[in-house]
Amino acid sequence: MPDPMKIRATLQGDVADIRVLMAHPMETGLRKQGGKVVPAHYIQTITAQLNGRTVFSADISQAISRNPVFAFKVKGAKAGDKVVITWKDNEGQSRTDETTVQGGS
Amino acid sequence: MQMNRRTLLQAGAALGAALLVPMRALAAWNKAAFEAKSEADAMRALGMGSPAESKDIEIRAPEIAENGAVVPIEITSNIPGTTSISVFIEKNPFPYTGTFEFPSGTMPYVHLRAKLGETTPVRVVVAASGKFYTTAKEVKVTIGGCGG
Repeated sequence: MPDPMKIRATLQGDVADIRVLMAHPMETGLRKQGGKVVPAHYIQTITAQLNGRTVFSADISQAISRNPVFAFKVKGAKAGDKVVITWKDNEGQSRTDETTVQGGS
Repeated sequence: MQMNRRTLLQAGAALGAALLVPMRALAAWNKAAFEAKSEADAMRALGMGSPAESKDIEIRAPEIAENGAVVPIEITSNIPGTTSISVFIEKNPFPYTGTFEFPSGTMPYVHLRAKLGETTPVRVVVAASGKFYTTAKEVKVTIGGCGG
């Protein structure tokens, strides 16, 4: 089971600033270790939902850095809204984590 | 006989599940574009044609990235009706880096961190109201991000 994501969702006015850190090696399949190619292992798809509605989705390649970080902004959010993020990788592993939107300053 | 039938059914169910999952993933994730070795081929696989140059796309990235393994890139589209932002790192082995989709209500903004193998233009293509727009920003890399 992959490690959990760290998700932070902070309200600025009615905009939720959502930042996520995913624990993943993001192996390109081009790197060698001890003369052997390390097989490609990377996240391919990401989806984020706010109260069950898809608000962000991405298809990505192995060019995204190790332990990927993404940030995006969703309008019309309020404190307590539920944020659910899911990733899936090329080996069929996946991980879903959630948090709630925190009231900002 | 009973045992055989059960085993067969279980095997069938497992096979069905194994076949279904990758097919769904394939439909969503554009393999041809991700495996393209040039930016032009990747854009063709994504059906982008030749996007129009636009000054309404902002790319915030360092002029010089000391560590190509982790280059922060922040993109904002000021084009009305933006539905997605795609990123291409021209000189990477596989230039197409990803597409980020913004349903209505999500701001056309994304922050990401990417690997840059060498000094390269970072190209962004924005889809807005069914049309494609583009801009690029050169990032100098002192230590490449693909050697590990």
